[in-house]
Amino acid sequence: MRSVAFLPCCMTTVAVAHASMGSTNIFAPQSTPARSIFHLSILVLTITGIIFVVVSTLLLYSILKFRSTSATANSEPAQVYGSTQIELAWTVIPILIVVVLFVATARGIHEIQDAPEPESAVEVTVIGHQFWWEYRYPQLGVVTANELHIPVSDPAHPKPTFLQLLSADTDHSFWVPELAGKTDLIPNHPNRMWMDPQRTGIIVGQCAQYCGTQHAKMLLRVSVDSPEDFAEWVREQQQPAIADERVAAGKRVFETTACINCHSISGTVANGRFGPDLTHLMSRTTIAAGAALNTPENLGLWIENPDAIKRGSLMPAMQLSKSEREALVGYLETLR
Amino acid sequence: MSSDAIIIPGGRVEGKPWVDALQDWVTTVDHKRIGILYIVYALIFLLLGGFEVLIIRIQLMHSRIDFVSPQVFNRMFTMHGTTMIFFVAMPVLFGFANYLVPLMVGARDMAFPRLNAFSFWLSAFGGLLLYFSFLGGSGLYGAGNAPDVGWWAYAPLTARAFSPGHSSDYWTLALLVSGFGSIGTAINIISTTLCLRCPGMRLSRMPLLVWLNLVMAGMVLIVITPLSAAQIMLLVDRYLGGHFFDAQAGGSAVLWMHFFWIFGHPEVYILVIPAFAFVSEIIPVFSRKPIFGYPVMVAATVCIGFVSLSVWAHHMFTVGMNSYANSFFAITTMAIGVPTGIKIFNWIGTMWGGRIQFKTPMLFSIGFLFQFLISGLTGIMLACVPFDWQLSLSYFVVAHFHYVIVGGILFALFAAFYYWYPKMTGRMLSERLGKWHFWLFFIGFHLTFDVMHVPGLLGMPRRIYTYEPGRGWDTLNLIVTIGAFIQAVATLVFVWNLISSYFNGAEAGNDPWDAWTLEWSTSSPPPTYNFATVPEVASRRPLWDLKHPEDPDSQYE
Amino acid sequence: MSAAAISLSEMQQPSGRPYRGKVAMACLIIAESAIFTIFVVAYLFYLGKSLTGPTPREVLETPIFFTICLLSSSLTIHYAGKFLERGERGAFLSLWSLTILLGGLFLFGTGREWYRLIYEHGLTISTNLFGTTYYSLVGLHAFHVSAGLIMLFMVAIFAFSGRVGTEHSRRVEVLSLYWHFVDAVWVVVFTVVYVLGR
Repeated sequence: MRSVAFLPCCMTTVAVAHASMGSTNIFAPQSTPARSIFHLSILVLTITGIIFVVVSTLLLYSILKFRSTSATANSEPAQVYGSTQIELAWTVIPILIVVVLFVATARGIHEIQDAPEPESAVEVTVIGHQFWWEYRYPQLGVVTANELHIPVSDPAHPKPTFLQLLSADTDHSFWVPELAGKTDLIPNHPNRMWMDPQRTGIIVGQCAQYCGTQHAKMLLRVSVDSPEDFAEWVREQQQPAIADERVAAGKRVFETTACINCHSISGTVANGRFGPDLTHLMSRTTIAAGAALNTPENLGLWIENPDAIKRGSLMPAMQLSKSEREALVGYLETLR
Repeated sequence: MSSDAIIIPGGRVEGKPWVDALQDWVTTVDHKRIGILYIVYALIFLLLGGFEVLIIRIQLMHSRIDFVSPQVFNRMFTMHGTTMIFFVAMPVLFGFANYLVPLMVGARDMAFPRLNAFSFWLSAFGGLLLYFSFLGGSGLYGAGNAPDVGWWAYAPLTARAFSPGHSSDYWTLALLVSGFGSIGTAINIISTTLCLRCPGMRLSRMPLLVWLNLVMAGMVLIVITPLSAAQIMLLVDRYLGGHFFDAQAGGSAVLWMHFFWIFGHPEVYILVIPAFAFVSEIIPVFSRKPIFGYPVMVAATVCIGFVSLSVWAHHMFTVGMNSYANSFFAITTMAIGVPTGIKIFNWIGTMWGGRIQFKTPMLFSIGFLFQFLISGLTGIMLACVPFDWQLSLSYFVVAHFHYVIVGGILFALFAAFYYWYPKMTGRMLSERLGKWHFWLFFIGFHLTFDVMHVPGLLGMPRRIYTYEPGRGWDTLNLIVTIGAFIQAVATLVFVWNLISSYFNGAEAGNDPWDAWTLEWSTSSPPPTYNFATVPEVASRRPLWDLKHPEDPDSQYE
Repeated sequence: MSAAAISLSEMQQPSGRPYRGKVAMACLIIAESAIFTIFVVAYLFYLGKSLTGPTPREVLETPIFFTICLLSSSLTIHYAGKFLERGERGAFLSLWSLTILLGGLFLFGTGREWYRLIYEHGLTISTNLFGTTYYSLVGLHAFHVSAGLIMLFMVAIFAFSGRVGTEHSRRVEVLSLYWHFVDAVWVVVFTVVYVLGR
């Protein structure tokens, strides 16, 4: 490690990082699939709650009423072997409960899984990687990473987002609780899910299927944008990378080191697919799939010593000199 | 305590040299000793698995704690799960089955004593092989080369590309070997039950414990080999260049999941059915009534055994099966709740109208009933597929299955320990320590596992070595950790009770609980040959008939 | 002196109960059926899904002769057992040896087929999904045949040195049950691989 002094200072930065906002409460749905699940859950919780109260009352009653006392300690109670009617009763009633729950469940499954995709839907292809998310918008020609932007959906004129889920390596799972239930990303097994958030804002989640060392820091950040903001974002993302003459030295560092093997920046020679697309890196609030805030210090630390931010991630330490690194960070800072 | 002790009036016999005693134990084919070997083995691994979980809980008690590295953490949760299922729960339940089944059917030993010993040593070797993985690799404090792929070892995480090195191989080989041991034990249980029942003991007169272990053994035969098959396929992929689970060649990661869960789901019924067996023997004795609805209990268990083979993909609701498949597995999973619920009602029906004695075995059995009810209900919630799309892979599921395994199975096991320890050792466990054990464990258990459901509902996934602040998970995780430490203390109280009562416990005599099945008709501990004369029975409760000749069960059955 | 195990051959099972050897073998057969089922499922699932390489239709030749060998060995072992029950040790020995020969022939046939597949068609376990599933399934079966042959061979050695008599016919029958199982599995594997699979 080159600059040992650099490290503690950056550790602090990372440690301070960002006050992680973000509710991930499954009972605070902001989208139709999540709401549908919420309604089903109320029914299920009510029914199971009633069962719990009834049965535990019976249990408690039997413990209290049929305790052995000093008066009864020396004789055996009536030896009852069973009762067909009672057995029948407590078979039939549970079967009826099961039928009710199943009908509600089947309806919920169909409503969510078999929902048709309307013309207005935004399509995103999500590719799970160890340990980051790749997003491609095939209709719009946008490629980005880790922070998903989708348009808000007006219930009167729905504009849902349909995700196609793929994986480049191991199994992952896309879970943003307030938008939808989770669906896995499995190599060679494309999946599909949808969401139609009805409020703008930032909604968070994270990978839910253990995918390796840094499964815990494969965070999800969804920005639900108003139609104007979304259009603006798309427009920016469709542009090639900004070419600022002042950071040409940094750009040269990027283009002549191993960065280009893994990363892409449109308009340059870099077209690696192993790591995130950096064309509009500065449009993102965080780096390393949410593991750190997108600041120059963190960027420098990430390049110098990724293990300090996300130990076991597949980003290698780039072994650059201090000046090379600073130039590189300066270049990256221009990629809006 | 040795059953070899010879009493010479007026004389004193020297104790056997320890080397000879050790050789006796290592070469034994006596089902009772093998049972005890299994149980002691399981207790040691319980402590190891418990140690692993305390590391996990310390790491998670607050956001962004850096107690251990992610690599170590991932090894800890993998080893914790693998240890608890395969090297604690399976062995301890096989141990009790080994000890009790021949005694309860009036036999002198298992049908195949040498196979029995071989099965134990195979399983024991499996555990040692798994733990050997801690040595080497990144050294003991880096948790060596221990498996870190989760106890389900999902493909393609276990492929050479993503798991270089041998950690996955330790998982595969250790379980392959101990799986064969399990099959040997299952063969023994079934052969003993079908072939060695004493005269008069028709199948309809067997104690429920024997019936339930029979069903369990049948399930072991059917479901362990699918896991072995999948593991062989994994080895073919890793070492012979095979493509069973290789996405690049058209292989399917989902196929691993199907094969694993075809084993994995029935496996948890294999674990819980013997727990049912324990409380089915204990609750009647401490309520002073026969089990309510014996035939229905048998039928319900057989039904559970069969239906459990059809529910496996409820572990895969998020994998992207089509809506028909999801609905099918939803209905089968809900359906299995019916016979299970029936059993709960029958246990309560047994207590109803009884004279309940709140000795320690009964306390743990009542705890079992209460907690198993709750875990069954959270299971029903998980069967409602869309709800599962939120709950799956989160701490809600972790809470659910620990509720079953700790709140259900472990509580039933504790009940079994307090009930049959006198038979195995001739000494009573201390009631005072037992009550401390129960209440401490009960409080710790509920603190941990009641609260643990909430982070799941608030979006906390499982298998994460750390988490972000501001999600509302911090305080909840702290409470969970505190409960874990309380349970650890309670477990130590239990272990102390086991050890100190061995030397200082009250003499038990043949039948300290005034019970009704055949094991209580012989001495505590029983002689090597179990019974002086082979018993002959005329009802389900032969000792009740002996004690109540004016009103024997044989009149009513 | 260690605590001696009670010898169960000395002590009769209670009357009316099935023979424990048979029950145990039935249990083993159930477990083995489960493992074969999984390999068969994998084979069927991956049929037609190989991305490259030789397909079953291109390279497989139906091994009729060797199948007949293996299936007849079920007959020979059955009659060998019957002769042993009646005390006709000569006939038993001949038929038992014939069983081993037929089983050995089957294994030879498998080996020959694999040689042809590997060296003439370049199909190995790592070639494609078909290769992986084919060699695993047929190989698992061949492994069980080999294990069976070893057991049969051991009995043959005991028999040739005069140690096997009518009193052992129950145990010999248990071993025959295993052998019948191995043959039954071959019927399934044959159907799946050589009939359905093409």
